[in-house]
Amino acid sequence: MTEVQSPLLRVADLSAWYGESQSLHGMAFDVRAGEVVTLVGRNGAGKTTTLKSIMGIVKKRTGSVCLTTTELIAKRTYEIARLGIAYCPEERGIFSSLTVRENMLLPPVLQPGGMDEAALLAAFPNLSRRAASLGTKLSGGEQQMLAIARILRTGSRLLLLDEPSEGLAPVIVKEIRDLILRLKVQGYTILLVEQNLKFAKAVADRHVVVENGRVVDQMDATTFASDFGRVKAYLGV
Amino acid sequence: MFDHLSIPLVAGQLLIGLINGSFYAMLSMGLAIIFGLMNVVNFAHGAQYMLGAFIAWLLLNTFGLGYWPSLLIAPLLVALIALAMERIVLRPLANLDHLYGLLATYSLALIAEGLVRQRYGSTGLPYPNPMPGGVNLGFMFMPWYRLWVIAFSAVVCFGTWLLIERTRLGSYLRAATEKPDIVESFGINVPRLVALAYAFGAGLAGLGGVLAAPIYQVSPYMGSSIMIVIFAVVVIGGMGSILGAIATGYMLGLAEALTKVFYPEAANLVIFVIMIVVLMARPNGIFSTSEAHR
Repeated sequence: MTEVQSPLLRVADLSAWYGESQSLHGMAFDVRAGEVVTLVGRNGAGKTTTLKSIMGIVKKRTGSVCLTTTELIAKRTYEIARLGIAYCPEERGIFSSLTVRENMLLPPVLQPGGMDEAALLAAFPNLSRRAASLGTKLSGGEQQMLAIARILRTGSRLLLLDEPSEGLAPVIVKEIRDLILRLKVQGYTILLVEQNLKFAKAVADRHVVVENGRVVDQMDATTFASDFGRVKAYLGV
Repeated sequence: MFDHLSIPLVAGQLLIGLINGSFYAMLSMGLAIIFGLMNVVNFAHGAQYMLGAFIAWLLLNTFGLGYWPSLLIAPLLVALIALAMERIVLRPLANLDHLYGLLATYSLALIAEGLVRQRYGSTGLPYPNPMPGGVNLGFMFMPWYRLWVIAFSAVVCFGTWLLIERTRLGSYLRAATEKPDIVESFGINVPRLVALAYAFGAGLAGLGGVLAAPIYQVSPYMGSSIMIVIFAVVVIGGMGSILGAIATGYMLGLAEALTKVFYPEAANLVIFVIMIVVLMARPNGIFSTSEAHR
């Protein structure tokens, strides 16, 4: 179990809208430094919107998102990124007009500890063999690795990962799981949206259950594992 | 049927085709950059081309500044005007349908054209040739200035292509064309990037205007008359494709010129016939593969 520390990220009374349609209705949870926390819930519950709202990609939002003591709610996406939060979207966001190498090196190093090309290729050896290929020519698993490698370049220590295991073969899911566990050991803080409960159970310290744009339950890893029926009931599986 | 053909005639028309193609390439490239990044069909592009020529004319007649300083100053001034346009008019429309941007830029073009016409009249104003004389190639006389326009615009097109394809800034631009939110989440100030790209595209139009001033009359209508062809070039090349805009610009300039040789009556139509054929065969344009920007 990770040592308990003060919240690195505090989300309070967060509401968000797509046009006139409200998607979040007062989300509230914390993520402590060094933790891996998952947002779990049914499709359309508001998990992805929560990540996008933290990142400022959903523009119409109210409430509070604090990174340690800095309020992010009025900041632009690029300003939030520069404070040390990186975001890996559900659809991976690989640029089809850029090569693997260009995709990987696109983000600037924003914080000390941002990885250079050699470090990234050492960490993701599969990508070095495909460096000259166009990014979208990679397999789904390779694209996911590229998407994660890319945000590690920024040096951000808080990573928002949206369904990194989605649509991948079990062997690749295992690789992604191992990668997240390695990042956790290296001290990264990770907020993860995940529908794959087995995956979530394997990597996370805590779980936040989201329903209809609200937090309806929170549980630690032990409770999550021992009371799996409760979790499944929330998700209707 | 082709008894009238001669080497000087064909070569002369090819020269005109290359010159027109140079302007088509430079202008459509700016338009493609703007469309690719902003999804705005910049109807003000012709007006920005006209402003480039007029600013050069004003610099000469008001401040005595000749062609060479104007080649730098006029595009910069056009880019500054475009920066203000982007901030005041286009940015608030960024999240609306493309049609709003199109209508807004069309309105701005009409305003610019009207203001220039009211102040300087609709008669074309002459601009002196900064490079008189030429070289006799044996089969034709090649004016120095036209040679300069062809060479310089080729360098500008190649330089812009290099900037977009081979630099870090260019990779930001290409990436922001696809997924601006993701690029912004890397800490890159995308709104500023968009503003600079708009100013750059407009500056290219202004540069085209300065180059055109000694060849054509400087007139409030010079932009609107070339604009329709530029749109055709961008549609044929593939909206947002830089390489497509450059290649198509030169190809259409030459196609237009060769039509003048072989069937002059169709010279004004050939570009639009090609556009219809391309739209039917490849609706997204000739260069509109998934690698359209490369």
